[in-house]
Amino acid sequence: MSRNQVQNQAQNPSRDRATVPVIETRGLGKVYSPGSEAEVVALKGVDLKIRRGDFVAIMGPSGSGKSTLMNLIGCLDTPSAGVYECDGIDVATLDAEELAILRRDKIGFVFQGFNLLPRMSALDNVAMPLGYAQVPPAERKRRAQEALASVGLGERSSHRPSELSGGQQQRVAIARALINRPPILLADEPTGALDSKTGEEILALFKRLRDDDHTVILITHDAEVAAHADRIFVMRDGELHEEAHPRVEHAPTGPQA
Amino acid sequence: MNFLDILRTAIFALRGNWMRSALTSLGVIIGIAAVIVMVSVGQGTQAEIDKMVSGLGSQRLDISPGARRGGGGVRMSSGSFFTLDEGDVEAIRNEIPEVQYVAGALRGSTQVVYAENNAATSWQGVQADYFDINGWTIENGEGFDAQDYTSAGKSVILGDSVRRTLFGDDSGVGQTVRLGRVPFVVAGTLKAKGQGGFGQDQDDVVMVPLQTARRRLMGAMGLPAGAVMQIALTVTSAKDLGYVQGEAEALLRQRHKIAPGEEDDFNVRNISEIVATRTATTNLMSKLLGAVATICLIIGGIGIMNIMLVSVTERIREIGLRMAVGAGPADVRRQFLAEAMLISLVGGVIGILIGVVGALLVGRFSDLPIVLNGQVVALAAAFSICTGLFFGYYPARKASQLDPIEALRQQ
Repeated sequence: MSRNQVQNQAQNPSRDRATVPVIETRGLGKVYSPGSEAEVVALKGVDLKIRRGDFVAIMGPSGSGKSTLMNLIGCLDTPSAGVYECDGIDVATLDAEELAILRRDKIGFVFQGFNLLPRMSALDNVAMPLGYAQVPPAERKRRAQEALASVGLGERSSHRPSELSGGQQQRVAIARALINRPPILLADEPTGALDSKTGEEILALFKRLRDDDHTVILITHDAEVAAHADRIFVMRDGELHEEAHPRVEHAPTGPQA
Repeated sequence: MNFLDILRTAIFALRGNWMRSALTSLGVIIGIAAVIVMVSVGQGTQAEIDKMVSGLGSQRLDISPGARRGGGGVRMSSGSFFTLDEGDVEAIRNEIPEVQYVAGALRGSTQVVYAENNAATSWQGVQADYFDINGWTIENGEGFDAQDYTSAGKSVILGDSVRRTLFGDDSGVGQTVRLGRVPFVVAGTLKAKGQGGFGQDQDDVVMVPLQTARRRLMGAMGLPAGAVMQIALTVTSAKDLGYVQGEAEALLRQRHKIAPGEEDDFNVRNISEIVATRTATTNLMSKLLGAVATICLIIGGIGIMNIMLVSVTERIREIGLRMAVGAGPADVRRQFLAEAMLISLVGGVIGILIGVVGALLVGRFSDLPIVLNGQVVALAAAFSICTGLFFGYYPARKASQLDPIEALRQQ
């Protein structure tokens, strides 16, 4: 797939967005150092279908392949086997530049450690991804301000990360993740560095985003955090299983692993 | 990221560590300053050579005595040293019609004294054509008259530096000065020529008629009758130079009775040979300065590369984050390349300023001639950009090839 096609698809979201899953994997596998003695099968035959507007948690202990799956879903890595279609785009054929464009347009990352650039204001941190999307500076500022307001930090746009609390920093990071209006929000232990009350606030924010038609994927090892999601998957030894969920608001739609 | 974004990001990154950035650019500053001084001195020297060539003309030949080599080695008796005489001068004048001016000369050094002022200088005993051949013009006074030449008149013409030492602002014409112990009347002063192509003061000289020099200034040396130390000539047209050189050599061999196969007892040199020697010296100097400048720039460039590699390592999480939010390898590469080039460009601009000042100081306080022009500055600017580009590329490429997963995992 050429770079242009990637961009075109990014700019024109699939027409039948209701039917095409935003994330679909079929038989997804990842092997590290194949053929060598250090060969590690991190992921085996993962079938996963996530629709737009889903709030999904992926759980699992460390070493279960959870991070590998997250990296694949986040288009930071390419699979060794199987197919991953991210918003309808098969990532297997993309090179590093094309993957970067896909991440820019499709995925907003939220990290455990926030990953804000310390010397920049909250506004500049939020606006940063727009630079790579060739958005003109004036519009960058406007959109970043809007995004900050939407996470409740409209008054703090000129603050540096060090002048904000952990919860506020994570909100800035979420605003940054949302700035390019990506269909997928990928959060890796987003509450791991926060106290439980602030963590709840962040999870509430994710639910609000879900209600605004964002797809939220939460990677966590914490069952309490995962319980906030509508669907819960558990990784065990490289295999993905969907857990039965007490609160079935959204009927399970994806095939079970 | 458009150009302005990249530039702004680079400035932002460098400002965060401005002391380190400044120290890094110091290498480039020194290198570029060295380039400027080198090129301006090189060009200045070349211009001086060109001036010398056009000043002395490519129409000039210089004949000097060369000791004839005997069987075992070089004979250095006075007889073989003074192989040229006035007869040779007259023969050249009469038998080679293409010759425009020809003059024999003697030279030596002496003390010139007027009242309580004195100057150690060199004297030249000359024939009338000598002034035209060497481009000397009389500024004050009448110069030598015919009788001065024929009857060894005790007249002297002062070079401008000697005149200034002895008489200050006065011309001194008509005054009596002593050369050694012999009193001379100042018959004129020469118009200043300034520094010569070899860096010497051309005006530090006095002229006396040839006969006078032989009798009054060289008397003790037991000179052969009519001997001269040098014959200088010019040809009417530069295209005849080679022909006249051949003719003069043949004529002198014949007059000196040199058998075929024997070596000349004189040397004929034209200005292009002198220029060739001079150019070779200049080239050597330029190469040395060029080597110094190159080494400075390489060291400066290595400094840039070193700091950029440190910077890539330090900011590995930032790189990972930028990649995660959509920066492609090319974006990352451009950003780090921009930082390297900014360091070297700022260093280049400062280096140009220091180099220009340095070149002006060299021109002011040393004998080296300098030429400064836009070309020199453009060359230096190009060098500084290339340094940043060349030494910044590897760290930038390294940053762009980072695996975003690994980069994000770094603490």
